[in-house]
Amino acid sequence: MQAFEYGNPTTLKDAFGLLGSNWSDAEILAGGTDILSLMKDYITSPKRVVNIKGIKELGGIARKGGNVRIGATVTLDDLASNAVIRASFPSLTQAALGVASPQIRNMGTVAGDLCQRPRCWYYRRGFGLLAKGPNGEMLVPNGENKYHAIFSSGPAYFVSASTLGPALVALGASVTIASASGNRSVPVEKFFVSPSGDGQREIDLKPNEIVTEILIPAPATKNATYEIRERELLDWPLTAVSVALRLSGSTVNSASIALGHVAPTIWRASQAEKMLVGKTITAETAEAAGEAAVANATPLSQNAYKLKLTKVAVKRALLQAAGVKA
Amino acid sequence: MPDYKWPAMNKRKIMGTRVSRLDGPAKSSGRAKYPSDMNPQGLLQTAILVSPHAHAKIRSINTDAAKSMPGVAGIRTFVNAGAEVQWANAEIAIVAANTEEQARDAVRAIKVDYEVLPHMVREENLAKAGTRAKAAGEQITGDPDQALKDADVVLQSEYGIPVITHCCLEPHGQVSEWKGDAINFWPSTQAVSTVGNQLAQALSFDAAKIKVTCDYMGGGFGSKFPADSWGAEGARLSKDTGGRPVKVFLDRATELTIAGVRPSHFMKVKVGAKKDGTITAWQSDSWSTGGFAGGGMAPIPYVYANIPNRRMNHAAVSLNAGPQRAWRAPNHPQASFLTTSAITDLAAKLNMDPLDVFLKNANLTLREATYKSQLEKAAKMIDWKAKYHAPGEGKGTIRRGVGIGVATWGGAGHASKCKIVLHPDGSVEVELGSQDIGTGTRTCITMVAAETLGLPMSAIRVKIGTNSYPASGPSGGSTTIGGVSSSTRKAAVNALEKLFEKVAPSLGVPADQLEAVDSRIQVKGNPNKAMSWKQAAQKMGPQSIEEMGENVPAQAPREGLNTLGASGVQMAEVEVDTETGRVRMRKLVAVQDCGLVVNPKTAESQVYGACIMSICSALFEERVMDAVTGRVLNPDMEFYKLAGLPDIGEIEVQMDITPEHDARGIIGLGEPCAIGGGAAIANAIHNALGVRVPLAPATPEKVLNAIGNRRYA
Repeated sequence: MQAFEYGNPTTLKDAFGLLGSNWSDAEILAGGTDILSLMKDYITSPKRVVNIKGIKELGGIARKGGNVRIGATVTLDDLASNAVIRASFPSLTQAALGVASPQIRNMGTVAGDLCQRPRCWYYRRGFGLLAKGPNGEMLVPNGENKYHAIFSSGPAYFVSASTLGPALVALGASVTIASASGNRSVPVEKFFVSPSGDGQREIDLKPNEIVTEILIPAPATKNATYEIRERELLDWPLTAVSVALRLSGSTVNSASIALGHVAPTIWRASQAEKMLVGKTITAETAEAAGEAAVANATPLSQNAYKLKLTKVAVKRALLQAAGVKA
Repeated sequence: MPDYKWPAMNKRKIMGTRVSRLDGPAKSSGRAKYPSDMNPQGLLQTAILVSPHAHAKIRSINTDAAKSMPGVAGIRTFVNAGAEVQWANAEIAIVAANTEEQARDAVRAIKVDYEVLPHMVREENLAKAGTRAKAAGEQITGDPDQALKDADVVLQSEYGIPVITHCCLEPHGQVSEWKGDAINFWPSTQAVSTVGNQLAQALSFDAAKIKVTCDYMGGGFGSKFPADSWGAEGARLSKDTGGRPVKVFLDRATELTIAGVRPSHFMKVKVGAKKDGTITAWQSDSWSTGGFAGGGMAPIPYVYANIPNRRMNHAAVSLNAGPQRAWRAPNHPQASFLTTSAITDLAAKLNMDPLDVFLKNANLTLREATYKSQLEKAAKMIDWKAKYHAPGEGKGTIRRGVGIGVATWGGAGHASKCKIVLHPDGSVEVELGSQDIGTGTRTCITMVAAETLGLPMSAIRVKIGTNSYPASGPSGGSTTIGGVSSSTRKAAVNALEKLFEKVAPSLGVPADQLEAVDSRIQVKGNPNKAMSWKQAAQKMGPQSIEEMGENVPAQAPREGLNTLGASGVQMAEVEVDTETGRVRMRKLVAVQDCGLVVNPKTAESQVYGACIMSICSALFEERVMDAVTGRVLNPDMEFYKLAGLPDIGEIEVQMDITPEHDARGIIGLGEPCAIGGGAAIANAIHNALGVRVPLAPATPEKVLNAIGNRRYA
């Protein structure tokens, strides 16, 4: 990795002073589970690395107004073992536990999960986020795309690597982003973006900004996350579905269904959400919602199987959230 | 000639007992130092520049900028202008610097001008291989055309298993120190006594002046015999820098790309049988690649080799991809997968239980009685009778199934010399130029020496891991335990004979009337006419007794200490989620004979490890090549997937220890146990689903593609 300057601020103000206006100026270090490998592989070579783990206000999980606030540097392990989260947002606990490595749960942070870079193997081998070959050709659509997006019209075909994203989107959470010029709040759903050109990032964050917290609104939902991966050991999901249901008795008032690892962003299955309103969750309605969730998918040459997986994951997440045995 | 025969099974006190690995505590506590742990004073670290192109001609290499980078002590190139590289990640240049970071930065400053040439990196579609495919010539026995015509049932099918890569925990590499006219070489190797000679040849250097040391090694599996190009250049860098020690260990991406792969194997096959399940005909067209040099035909039909009418054609496909190296039972796991898949599918077509078909045709194997008995033993262990059902039969979305894999292997003992020294103070030293590998070389040598000398294991000091000791062969072909145990036995018998000569006058009998038991030298069968080992040792006078023992492979069968020919059967039970295509291991059982078993505990360990490797390749492992860029896309432990603890399920091992097998002597175990597991798993999936997943590994993608629109409820 390229030699770099190391900043270790204890206040946000000091941290802002250490960040730059370009990504090559400075990168943020929290758990380090992603940034270090990116640097070792020369995928990113910042001049400065700014450790934000020493900033106290970025930690902690607490109720705040009508929300639950999760600090940016809360670890996945702290999140997974938190009783408030477990009671209200089991979908988030399940997602965190889906990171099946105690070592990574101990180090990885909540904001780091949202900000980590995609795992696309073309990107990680140095072919760029939009994965172009030596003659500028797009490598993914006809290449090795079994792990790539089934919802994308290009030019980005990677999938968002975020584990917590689907649960946070389904729960209607927002991220607070701070910079020297103040705070802004962005729904998690809008935080993920599909880059359309070289040099763009896949999240709505500028080089001089820091994610400080995540706010989850607290109205009672039945929620669950269901992910499918190739192995039980730590592995990137092939698909991960998180649902949050507002119910009157057993009738669905509203449903949020968010799909992970199937698009460059966290994908909302809006058609499936709509068709569940006024219905009861049963094996049949859950299956129909699964069908609807992938109705508009545009699989690539090798990943049509991910449609089937996503369909099943939607069904199983819904049944799990509603407590219905299939 | 002295009698070297193994003691009778019921007379053994140490051999055959369950002994924990003597170096286990050192390894698990981190006290054991592996070659990659060696950090001699003044050490230089290295980084290797590799080719980003799968096929290119090198126009020029310019190292000027790199030379002046901070910390850089030396640079060498592996190739010169004009050379062609034939696979991505081929080694181009190496930088030695004070720190690894400096070396990595400097490597990036080397300028290489490539003329990029066309490449081919995929072989699953033979029709696209063109001139890259070279026919190996037809093998024909009997009249396969007529036999297929006459058959009551003909199975026609296709199967394939991809290239997988070596994945040693300790990557390939060495530390070298070339000072004056001597070289100290610390390689991670499975060939302590031969790797130095190879290095000498590469360097045109005096082999006698190369000292090789490898006390422990972190996995080889067939990939760590050579001194390697980076071993030679590492040594030269040491010379260039005035004798500073130089450490070269491949990073994981390079390790997974150039340090050895297991060849792929694809096959289109027709198998003919009578209604009663008797297999009468086999016709296969197969192809494989192990890299640029192509790939040989796996031994198909496997184990059931003597099908009376058969025709085999094979094509070796040359790719621009990293080269093959021996991978635990070269070509056998592929052969078992291809053959047992076909036999299992044939059984389905015959509406027969595949176990019956395997049993019925056991006469087509070289060891009919052994395979029959092992099939029955394994069937009992997996509870085949209760668990087998017609393929695909069952209810619900989660389906279970059972399947069979078979294995055969040579083994025996490699050439090995052992020196035993009995000292007048009673201590015993055993020296062999062998390596710590597999079933636990140190532990087994100690057991054999202790057994033969009638001493406790704690009285024996075994020294291995350097070429200063008498040479043993490389650990290939499952020959180490056979070789080192036999040479140790002979050295110990020879040494005892000398000791008896010294002691005999005091006990008043001829030397050949003495025996060594329970730390005593005594008149045979008479503990009252005895003296302690210590007293006996004092009779030597001031001079130690030094004796050699040698295992000579050509003589070994006559002596009865070791021999060829192991058999094994594995059976798997899996659970398949028919909606997600996820396969979960429930159980893998292994019945394995390997003749005389020196240490059942470490032998079982060896089989457990092999079962885990089989699960990895059956369910997860595949080298993914990108056709456009020619690169390996998953040279990491993230997308080159191995099983973790929760993926493994239950494993049950039964060493097939019987008086008949024992009487054959030591056979060797490392490879035979790594063959049948993957096949058993693939066949269990077929039993669960009623459809064949023709291509390994059985990932959700491949399972769902095989299932198609079939519904399970």
